[in-house]
Amino acid sequence: MSDHNYLSTHEPSPFDSGIRAQSQTENWTGWNGYLSPRIADTLASEYFAIRSSCSVMDLTPMEKYRITGPDATAFLNRLVTRDLTKLRVGRVAYVVWCNDEGKVIDDGTVFHLAENDYRLCAQHHQLDWLLLSSIGFDVSIQKETHDIAALSVQGPTSFSALSAAGIKGLETLKPFGILNTNVNGFELTVSRTGFTGDLGYELWAERARADDLWNTLFTLKDTGLFDIRLIGLDALEMVRIEAGFIMPGWDFNTAESTIRADHDRSPFELGLDWIVNFDKPYFTGKSALLAEKARPATRRLLKLTLEGNKPPVGSFIFHGKKGKQTGAVMAQTWSPILKRCLALADVDFIDGHPPNDLWAEIYYQKELKWHVKWARCEIVEGQFWSHPRRRATPPMPF
Amino acid sequence: MTITKNYDAIIIGAGHNGLTNAAFLAKAGLDVLVLEKNAHIGGATVSRELYDGWKYSNCSYVCSLFRPEIYQALDLGRHGLEVVPLQGGVTFKQNGDYFGSYHHHDIQRREIARHSQRDADAVVRFNADLMKWCRLIRGFLLRTPPDPGTFRPRDAMEFAYLLKKFYELSESQLYEFIRFFTMSIAEYLEEYFESDVILAHYSGGSIIGTGLGVYSPGTAYVLLHHAMGDVDGSIGSWGFARGGMGSVSKALASAFCAHGGSIRTDAEVTNINVSNQRATGVTLKNGETLRAKIVVSNLDAKRTFLNVMHSEDLPGDVVKRAKNFKIRGSSGKLNIALDAMPEFPALPPGSPLTLGHLHFSDTLERLERAYDDWKEDRWSSDPYTDTVIPTQFDPTMAPPGKHMMSVFVQYCPVEPEGGWTDAKRDAFGKTVLDQLAEYSPNFYDVLLHAEIRTPRELEAEVGLTEGNIFQGELTLDQLLFNRPFPGYAQYRGPVKNMYMCSSSTHPGGGVMGAPGANAAREILRDLNKSDTTPEDFGDD
Ligand SMILES: Cc1cc2nc3c(=O)[nH]c(=O)nc-3n(C[C@H](O)[C@H](O)[C@H](O)COP(=O)(O)OP(=O)(O)OC[C@H]3O[C@@H](n4cnc5c(N)ncnc54)[C@H](O)[C@@H]3O)c2cc1C
Repeated sequence: MSDHNYLSTHEPSPFDSGIRAQSQTENWTGWNGYLSPRIADTLASEYFAIRSSCSVMDLTPMEKYRITGPDATAFLNRLVTRDLTKLRVGRVAYVVWCNDEGKVIDDGTVFHLAENDYRLCAQHHQLDWLLLSSIGFDVSIQKETHDIAALSVQGPTSFSALSAAGIKGLETLKPFGILNTNVNGFELTVSRTGFTGDLGYELWAERARADDLWNTLFTLKDTGLFDIRLIGLDALEMVRIEAGFIMPGWDFNTAESTIRADHDRSPFELGLDWIVNFDKPYFTGKSALLAEKARPATRRLLKLTLEGNKPPVGSFIFHGKKGKQTGAVMAQTWSPILKRCLALADVDFIDGHPPNDLWAEIYYQKELKWHVKWARCEIVEGQFWSHPRRRATPPMPF
Repeated sequence: MTITKNYDAIIIGAGHNGLTNAAFLAKAGLDVLVLEKNAHIGGATVSRELYDGWKYSNCSYVCSLFRPEIYQALDLGRHGLEVVPLQGGVTFKQNGDYFGSYHHHDIQRREIARHSQRDADAVVRFNADLMKWCRLIRGFLLRTPPDPGTFRPRDAMEFAYLLKKFYELSESQLYEFIRFFTMSIAEYLEEYFESDVILAHYSGGSIIGTGLGVYSPGTAYVLLHHAMGDVDGSIGSWGFARGGMGSVSKALASAFCAHGGSIRTDAEVTNINVSNQRATGVTLKNGETLRAKIVVSNLDAKRTFLNVMHSEDLPGDVVKRAKNFKIRGSSGKLNIALDAMPEFPALPPGSPLTLGHLHFSDTLERLERAYDDWKEDRWSSDPYTDTVIPTQFDPTMAPPGKHMMSVFVQYCPVEPEGGWTDAKRDAFGKTVLDQLAEYSPNFYDVLLHAEIRTPRELEAEVGLTEGNIFQGELTLDQLLFNRPFPGYAQYRGPVKNMYMCSSSTHPGGGVMGAPGANAAREILRDLNKSDTTPEDFGDD
């Protein structure tokens, strides 16, 4: 009767055998019910595959929903804070959506695939929220997480690599654009999107074509060109912080799963003012966000660089050295390309402004002995790191 | 002239709350005597050997509500207590399928998604909401409820604490909380889930021990009463006390005796002696009189005020409220010795699901029908049962390879038409066994012995009035500062030097120990003794 195998903890990805063959370290972690490598080979080689050559990552665990029907645009426009009526067919937009209190439920990307036909990618499971939000709209919402074979191909040689793999038309594909094409006899959708802040693409095919898609890339790797390399989540974590991208559920608690009052966050508190559009018609959370906008800011997720070379793992942030505790580090990394410690920190504001003298208290170990160190923090606006190749069309070859 | 000893405190009843209370008083240096009518201690928290080689958890059978603070303060681990967390759990469907509970988050998600993709996502919202209420209510378990009718500074402080707790909720959460307290479990769950079996699976805990059905207002709260406990910080988890629930009482008794207390069994109290509106001691069934500076009752509120106290010693209001106290019995229990593990062919071979609670009600409709029978004073022809087989990992309760099965049954009437007879009791048991055999074809082959208990047996043995397992229903009118009665929620009785420490007081029934500890705190305060009871660990 039952098709549930209780002995297998995770759902197999359609790329399972390929990924296993390339994962040297057996360093796995759960991601939305799938097993993903944290590190496939070595962290440094994977990080530099993203920043210097061409990285490949399995996007199967990312939640994907297909939203179709006459009210698809109206439904999505009510759901997210951004104005989606301006999103043309063939374009992608980064979005967040909130509950009625204006607290963020999740973030993701909306793909406008065709008239009244969208794909919404999300960090967390959203079917419940989407269906609740769809009451009164003539839309159909299908979860297609399992039905799509998707890979992310990122890095400076990604354009050259994919072109060499036989994908045509990439030279005119702009950032956030979608290209429908055919390669090696199967249909492939390519979007110029990613989570690395670098030149990169995401490739989407039917699940049945997973092997074809995988082989398209990795036969190319076998030629020794472009240093194509499977990467794990640890390298992705480093580059997404460099790019200043947020992770719902890690950098802040998502609204739907929040138990304690005031432990969730609004788009403003996450520095996402730029995608909250009050000029569009009503959207969920609008009134609460309007009210919040009228008040002085009480806290923000700030981008901080820190002096020294000790990453502020789990650190508190203080106002003044050894001063009053005023925040906490939510994500941090040593940036090999900037040679600097970076952090995203949830920081309390004073009279609508950040405290002017921020310090982190950092604990670290040397030969099992614990040390503590204070590091001055500097607030950074915009991305920590970006490169013109991300936006250049046509892209540079490497 | 004989000088009779004057105890510092006499506790009537060696239930787990009586023993908890006694242990904290003895720890504070008081000379304490516990009197128990039965030959064994524990009340509804007991393990007994009624079939050679088998130990039954005769009444309560799983442990989660028991306060870890009490466990730590009385060092119960050193006194032999061990609570092992349960795994698994399953609701069998009539069509041969099932819905399983797995501990691993991802496996559980996939199992829910097998029944409804949407429900697999909704469970996040459900768990977060339930945890909000759990977190709130857990903060009150080891506290004396405030009396909103007085203006003493301490009550004002406590009330402020309560309000603060509430206002930590956002405005919309506060509304939701009030709805939660007043809704039926069925309607509450339907705001989250769509799958019939998932709705049934989650609603079972809400009717246990109640005179209510899944569609009766107020049942949503009972869910909380079953979800607010924890095993080692895992909120909502249940565990088995190694050796059965009697191990809880045994460890408490051992701690109590180590602090110098003594217990007398076969010592039924017939009267709390009162003179000048002060309790002075008790009289036993054998006519013996024992003196004590204070008397604490571990009996339910009805039994305390209507059986072992005289109306002339009590305010009329208390007598009236005791008479009206809602304590309808609605549960039965089967304890079963098995020659081997029963088979459940619906489950894949080696499935871990039998390690937890087994259920056989797969729709809300069937649950409501089971309730309909009870309203007509019949036992449910298709009952809701909560079955566990602890011998799968407790080696102490049956001979090797053999098993002990505990079957809690909802609903069973206090009195069927024409009253209980042994034949009717056995017919009730047969209904339950037949239901099990429907899902386990070898069940009758491995059945060796069954102890069948209806509210009649529960009342006769444990003294639970009408067999109500919680010593009074868990409805809003009988909770917090209304438990047992408005004005008497702070463990002090209506006459001086008399106290209550049973499940009839806040925070209510279940093997929790909190009423016993809270009562001890109030007693020690009145006696100007230093407080031996523990403070709440706190959630944050
Ligand atoms: C069938 C059943 C299943 C249950 N299942 C669970 C469960 O799985 N988990 C859970 O947490 N809770 C469960 N409960 C509830 C829980 O067992 C009780 O709420 C709890 O044990 C009550 O403890 P108590 O100390 O307050 O009172 P009791 O256990 O009722 O103790 C009262 C004591 O007083 C004694 N007594 C009565 N009259 C006199 C007298 N006149 N003189 C001297 N002694 C007297 C009794 O014999 C008894 O020992 C269940 C209860 C029942 C009945």
